[in-house]
Amino acid sequence: MNVTRTELAEGVYLTYLPARKFKTSLLSAQFVTPLRQETAAAYALLPAVLRRGTVSCPDMGSLSARLDKLYGARIDYTIRKKGENQCVGFVASLIDDSYAPVGEKLLEPVAALLGELICDPATERGRFVPAYFDSEKTNLIDAIRSLINDKRDYADARLLREMCAGEPYGVPRLGDEAGVEKVQLQKLFSQYKDLIASARLELFYCGSARQERVERALQAAFATLPRKTVRDIALVREHPAREEVLRITDEMDVTQGKLGMGFSCGSSDTAALLMGNTLFGGSSNSKLFLNVREKLSLCYYASSLYHRQKGIITVSSGIEFADYQRAYDEILAQLAAVRNGDLEDWELDGARSTLLNAYASMGDSQGKLENFYLGQAATGQSESPEELAEQVRNVTAERIFAAMETVKLDTVYFLQGKEAAE
Amino acid sequence: MKQSFYERIGESVHRETLPNGLQVCVVPKPGFAKKYAFFATRYGGMDIRFQLDGKWLDTPAGIAHYLEHKMFDTREGNALQELAKNGAEPNAFTSNAMTGYYFDSTDHFEENLRILLSFVSIPWFTEESVAKEQGIIGQEIRMIEDNPDWQIYNRMMQSLYRTHAARTSIAGTVESISHITAETLYQCHKAFYTPANMILTVVGDVDPIHVADIARRVLPKVSGPAIPRDYGDEPEAVAAGETRMEMEVSCPQFLTGFKCRPAADGEDYLRLAVVGDMACDVLLGDSSPLYLRLYDQGLINTSFGGSFEMMPGVAYLYAGGDCKDPRLVQEEILKEADRLVREGISEDFYQQVRRAAFGANLRGLNSFENIAVSLTEGYFHGYDPFRFPQVFESVTKEDVTSFLRENIRRERMTLSEIVPKA
Repeated sequence: MNVTRTELAEGVYLTYLPARKFKTSLLSAQFVTPLRQETAAAYALLPAVLRRGTVSCPDMGSLSARLDKLYGARIDYTIRKKGENQCVGFVASLIDDSYAPVGEKLLEPVAALLGELICDPATERGRFVPAYFDSEKTNLIDAIRSLINDKRDYADARLLREMCAGEPYGVPRLGDEAGVEKVQLQKLFSQYKDLIASARLELFYCGSARQERVERALQAAFATLPRKTVRDIALVREHPAREEVLRITDEMDVTQGKLGMGFSCGSSDTAALLMGNTLFGGSSNSKLFLNVREKLSLCYYASSLYHRQKGIITVSSGIEFADYQRAYDEILAQLAAVRNGDLEDWELDGARSTLLNAYASMGDSQGKLENFYLGQAATGQSESPEELAEQVRNVTAERIFAAMETVKLDTVYFLQGKEAAE
Repeated sequence: MKQSFYERIGESVHRETLPNGLQVCVVPKPGFAKKYAFFATRYGGMDIRFQLDGKWLDTPAGIAHYLEHKMFDTREGNALQELAKNGAEPNAFTSNAMTGYYFDSTDHFEENLRILLSFVSIPWFTEESVAKEQGIIGQEIRMIEDNPDWQIYNRMMQSLYRTHAARTSIAGTVESISHITAETLYQCHKAFYTPANMILTVVGDVDPIHVADIARRVLPKVSGPAIPRDYGDEPEAVAAGETRMEMEVSCPQFLTGFKCRPAADGEDYLRLAVVGDMACDVLLGDSSPLYLRLYDQGLINTSFGGSFEMMPGVAYLYAGGDCKDPRLVQEEILKEADRLVREGISEDFYQQVRRAAFGANLRGLNSFENIAVSLTEGYFHGYDPFRFPQVFESVTKEDVTSFLRENIRRERMTLSEIVPKA
């Protein structure tokens, strides 16, 4: 895939991903701004309020009707954390022109609507429509509260929050409830004005249209975007290694315990850590899967994740409360095994193929491509999936052991049942 | 192999029934790196009572799912690891009416396909390996029991159906799976994992004839007999009008279900699926008048959604989400169905919804898994899912209103609620 990234206007970049094989095209507009406790909730609220209406489609009914008529085009708002940045905006998906039953052109009208959602929101007396503001504020609070409903996600999020407390990476992508409560109607409008004028805007297109056509459509759609001096994105901050392991326990009325463990990584050898993590707990062939689950039957899931955009590893598992110590010891023993090179050849080959397969098939999904390139743009990196694959191909076992040697237990989180605590 | 072109959706399918009765389907996808294979049996969570060698057998709830877990064991070790060594991402799922095993890979496709066909067709269990799985699946059951989405859905099914096996939880309970032995697993495998009860679907840039050849070589030459199943004699009325449970959740959630009249296999099955989907969109989809009104009133938020589902002998429409006043929403749904039946559906709105539904179905074809699962369901129920554009065209407003008149009624309705612990 011949990917290009061009600057269309001051701090406005288009990543163009040409592909003819999909039924749909993807169009995305993402503002990238440093993630901060003070602004996270307001910026998270913004796309939801914008999605309620524009000057020409002032309510959800008229917006839905317009999208339905464009053969069920979708425009969904997104709020993501990439490194130490918050990315907010919209992702649109529209059927490719070649499948439009009577040869309609769909790219231009969908791009125009995307532009309207960002540049021309429905307003009342120079601010957002109060009813939209109020209801989306309630919805955001409900969404934040509902994180507790999925105990696995909840435990993962709690671990990250404790481990990276005080760092931007520890701020939840939606902000927190207190932050949402503080957002004011008038203030949000000026925050909106500021964001669209001075945050970096990353645009993505993946589909069959030629680049010139895409650029023309987007230039037209964002013609009224008021650009000022553009703020820098936040660079990745290394997680400071902790002297003493931080241990947190929560109690809830649940039947399964959740054990989460966070590790700092002292090495910056990304490819070696990608491999090391895959060996440790990153696939169904990993040490954690084979031992903690298959051999000891301690859990249904135990896996690890390397946060490439932050340089930390987290482990997530669901266990019986009483198995806490056994699971904890076994997870650390498996990390030690990777570190000491206690591996068979097939494990190394398997981990490498798993990663190469993931990079090779990324081009088969428009959503994965957009998410990958947004992550790259938001952390100031530029390797393509092919280049990352090449690095993985060249990593030696020695480099993996050396990189994993720097992986150090930092934070332990345990969600236990109420009976277990008594 | 017989090749069919589907011009309006830009797909083609190669089909063949092998002498042993296995159906093979290949969907060529030039330009994609990923190749996806899906091997499925018409056997799922609801097939617990059936006839084998002239005798009716009652097997423990959860056995199809248990078997799925154990199929990965091979005489040599474990197929999951064999596949993962080649960088393939293998997995499996059990639904009410099918069990499917799959992998995707970019390299070594043929070798991976041979592994898949071989491990699924050759059972290898010991009393010891079966006993060990109790721990893993026990934890999986504990995990889903803590999941409010699962609880609310499962309880809705139990309220809708009095005797039909669709009310049985796919994974069973910790108690029911404790009765599973290696012998029962062998019996179930013999009954249902026979080529004439199965279908292999491959999606990707592969040679269809080659795929069929591999299946011919690896799989058994002859099939066992068709197995009669007993799903219970289900009355039209719901089992219970409501069910309610307390959990550690942030806000009340609900699902309201309507027990609908099921369809027989064949083209009628696909037609009812399309009519039911359209009815769902018209009644409470996110551009429907009802959705827009309830959203504006703050009674529902973006978590609200609905769907129409079918299984052998079963059809139901259901909707729900986070909500402070489920009873009111349920009444509003009934009132809206009543209004649509009385006043009819506006022509503009119907055309709009139909366009959107076409786009959504087309978008679904970006997913290899979705293609494979729909072809499999189509095969099991005797229809061709790729004929959806024609079926969409043939469904009229009147079809939708008669569906609503017949099915969206108080006596067919149940309410499942989860409320926060006091």
